[in-house]
Amino acid sequence: MTATTHFHNDPKRSFQGLILTLHAYWADYGCVVLQPYDMEVGAGTFHPATTLRALGPKPWNAAYVQPSRRPKDGRYGENPNRLQHYYQYQVILKPNPSNLQELYLGSLKAIGIDPLLHDIRFVEDDWESPTLGAWGLGWECWCDGMEVSQFTYFQQVCGIECAPVAGELTYGLERLAMYVQGVDNVYDLNFNGRDGDEKVTYGDVFLQAEQEYSRYNFEHADTAMLLQHFVDAEKECQALLVAGAPQNGGVQRVIFPAYDQAIKASHVFNLLDARGVISVTERQNYILRVRNLAKACGEAFLLTDAGGYVARSAAA
Amino acid sequence: MPDLLLELRSEEIPARMQRKAAGDLRKMITDGLVEAGLTYEGAQEYWTPRRLTLDIRGLNARSKDVREEIKGPSVSAPEAAIQGFLRKAGLSDIAQAHRHADPKKGEFYVAHLVKPGRSAEEIVAELVPAVIRAFPWPKSMRWGRASAQPGSLRWVRPLQSILCTFGPETGGEPEVIDIEVDGIRSGNVTYGHRFHAPDAITVKRFDDYVAKLEAARVVLDAERRKAIIRDDAKNIAFANGLELVEDDALLEEVSGLVEWPVVLMGSFEEEYLQIPAEVIQLTIRANQKCFVTRPAGGNPDGGVSNRFILTANIEASDGGAEIVHGNGKVVRARLSDALYFWNTDQADLPDRAGLTEAGETFGLDLSKPLDQRMARLHRLGVTFHAKLGTQGERVQRIAKLAEDLAPVVGADPQLARRAAVLAKADLPTEVVGEFPELQGVIGRKYALLQGEHPSVAAALEEHYKPQGPSDRVPTDPVSVTVALADKFDTLVGFWAIDEKPTGSKDPYALRRAALGVIRILVENGIQMPLASHVNADLLSFFHDRLKVYLRDRGARHDLIDAVLATDTANDDLLLIVRRVEALGSFLETDDGKNLLAGTKRAANILAAEEKKGTTVAEAVEPARFAAEQERSLFAAVNQAEKEAAQAVERQDFSAAMAALSRLREPVDAFFDTVLVNDEDAVIRANRLALLQRIRATTSTVADFSRIGG
Repeated sequence: MTATTHFHNDPKRSFQGLILTLHAYWADYGCVVLQPYDMEVGAGTFHPATTLRALGPKPWNAAYVQPSRRPKDGRYGENPNRLQHYYQYQVILKPNPSNLQELYLGSLKAIGIDPLLHDIRFVEDDWESPTLGAWGLGWECWCDGMEVSQFTYFQQVCGIECAPVAGELTYGLERLAMYVQGVDNVYDLNFNGRDGDEKVTYGDVFLQAEQEYSRYNFEHADTAMLLQHFVDAEKECQALLVAGAPQNGGVQRVIFPAYDQAIKASHVFNLLDARGVISVTERQNYILRVRNLAKACGEAFLLTDAGGYVARSAAA
Repeated sequence: MPDLLLELRSEEIPARMQRKAAGDLRKMITDGLVEAGLTYEGAQEYWTPRRLTLDIRGLNARSKDVREEIKGPSVSAPEAAIQGFLRKAGLSDIAQAHRHADPKKGEFYVAHLVKPGRSAEEIVAELVPAVIRAFPWPKSMRWGRASAQPGSLRWVRPLQSILCTFGPETGGEPEVIDIEVDGIRSGNVTYGHRFHAPDAITVKRFDDYVAKLEAARVVLDAERRKAIIRDDAKNIAFANGLELVEDDALLEEVSGLVEWPVVLMGSFEEEYLQIPAEVIQLTIRANQKCFVTRPAGGNPDGGVSNRFILTANIEASDGGAEIVHGNGKVVRARLSDALYFWNTDQADLPDRAGLTEAGETFGLDLSKPLDQRMARLHRLGVTFHAKLGTQGERVQRIAKLAEDLAPVVGADPQLARRAAVLAKADLPTEVVGEFPELQGVIGRKYALLQGEHPSVAAALEEHYKPQGPSDRVPTDPVSVTVALADKFDTLVGFWAIDEKPTGSKDPYALRRAALGVIRILVENGIQMPLASHVNADLLSFFHDRLKVYLRDRGARHDLIDAVLATDTANDDLLLIVRRVEALGSFLETDDGKNLLAGTKRAANILAAEEKKGTTVAEAVEPARFAAEQERSLFAAVNQAEKEAAQAVERQDFSAAMAALSRLREPVDAFFDTVLVNDEDAVIRANRLALLQRIRATTSTVADFSRIGG
């Protein structure tokens, strides 16, 4: 790398530089650097590289950026901190290495946060995802009073005990970038690290989309159609698990496609929730239905090769 | 004698768990040592976010030998019995046993066994892993490679190291007690501050441990960390013409978040001071764990200043400028949200047209913000409880009840109704959504801002009171009325769906609600018969809570039982309390004591005769009196009964007691001179009837048979 490109990709100057720095750091550690999952999810945890790979005995180290969609958080592009679409940087290490805290702090140093200049703190946070049937213990990681990451030791995912436990790090990329760039409005973030005419901001890339999706999430999404989508996804998920069910001690043959449907149901639920058509009592019921799908997928995953299942030979 | 130093170092322990965990560690270890036969002079626990430490002084080096004798069979017993004895005592040859003699049994074998004492090292090495494995964390977790196996170690967060040294106070080198738990091997090494002193530290005993930690930027003692934070915070506030708003719970929490406290001051724009002080304090405290300040000499209930105090965990290389800047940014962002919430709540709702129906149902003035919120709460159909309908329905019930109760309490029914209608209107506000603990407080502020009557505004906050035995009881009649209506509705509702408290389970805080009703009625001196509001089962729940309340205030429980056993007005809690008080003072007097004795005697005789089946006359027949004392007792009973009944009618319980006290002399005289069990059955039956009258008369005030002593 020449000095110039290095300058443009300085994580203190550029949003993409921050991502590239984290990629380099975790790639160097030995993670597989994946690309975002190609479906709408509410958080990086939903990526099958985390939800499913956290299960079973096989070691797994991965890092990726995951666009996360939270329809309810749309603010028509008017709030400087809140977005209905944002990026999470997700790292999962299974089993968690004993120096995971030091590795995390190393990644902060890599993006320019000096722990003798900034007050880094691990503040209790018990993480739970009711829709994924998952929970873990860990912390919110604070930098000068701002939560910049979540740090979780997964104890259970899809209702299944994690053995071994995986460590999950989730960085809120926009927040972190606003911090290191010293910017108060997310749309002012320098995306490409250039100046003048060459400069592209976060607003250039996403502002119009935020406005449009806010309209969609709150005003235009066809709720009748979405309700039907939810039911369809639920049915499809269940049907796929049945279709791929193990025979004669073999492996489960269809799990990732089934899990996609669980993700879809979850996102459709979030859209319906944003449209305000789900009552308080119904809400719990929808969460339970998604959780049941996630549980069924988790159990099925354990019957696959990636889940550590050793198929009995047909002869035995 | 030697000292023991134990440190369990882990990743950051939640602040709220540290103090108890350190205490549990001390108790579990010292109990275990004592149980193993060791004694110690002193034990002190310490904690930081990253370690639990135990300093035990003057521990014995060994536990004592324990001698034990096992009695065996007679020396002439058959071989099989002797072999059995050898096995039981663990001897290999009968020659190892002693012979004892006894005049009855003759000569028999006894094994003299000595269980040798164990070294403290051995005991500690066994105890510590057991304590670690059984540690009572409220929530614990597994981690790392070991968690692939079932039964792996659980700790609050990953346990990183065990430091365990044992040795003489002075002179000789302490040694490491070798312990291993799930692959963690003990040693004499620890680590200081995560950022200031990342290198390993080797320690010998507590004294150099504390000193070396301090040099490595770790203040081990939480109380000292608290003192540093409190003092520095006060000083920095004072230096800026301000006063620290003290907050003990926050201080405790913050001291559990840092090993090396460094107090700094940040600020925010003055425009945010238009937000209520409670909201500013909660915003800064809940999200940022910072203290707020007020102008020096300011009213403790008044406003806060725009400076806040934060506690960092490092001595930053720039003196803390970046940290202050960063925290300020976050505080500002949070306050900007809060200000937005505060202003939004005072503005019209966008969907006012949809609120008309709700407006009519509740008689709301939809031009006012809080009225709009109430209408919205109703329209959204927010559930109060699945079986008890919506919040809107509940407010309708409370409003109706408040209107009914108002005359009894002495409140203006229209104001009471208005207050009840708005009582829950702040629930759908943005500020309460963000800070649920401000429900009521915020309603009151919005009510004043939209020009409600001060009593109505106060009731929005005070109808939740009292929240427990030490909380303030509302006194404004409007607040009292709505508070009673709210609590009655809760209790009656949950009783109707059979969701009563059981044992330690009281998820809807119904005991607190009942205690609230009791305190409001009794402490405000309000008479209110409950029978028209509650059923018999709920009334007996009130009686149970009343007993607890009165016992806590020092009343004798037998007096409460005695009063409750009568049927007179026992649904009026205030009257019950007054009767218990009057009865208590009466029984302090000689008249009271003697009358109690006389009444008990009468009751005992009656009970004995009733058991035997002796005839008791239906009514006392004056013609059958044989003694003068009978006649005067009968006259006294008639008089006392009439006077006591009238006094009870007037609810003048002292007068009722005074009327009863005049029975004392005739009762005493009767028992001194008259034999109840006359040979003549007719006279006896008549006298027993007279005794029955004594019992009946006293029971207009209390059931004397339930009074002890």
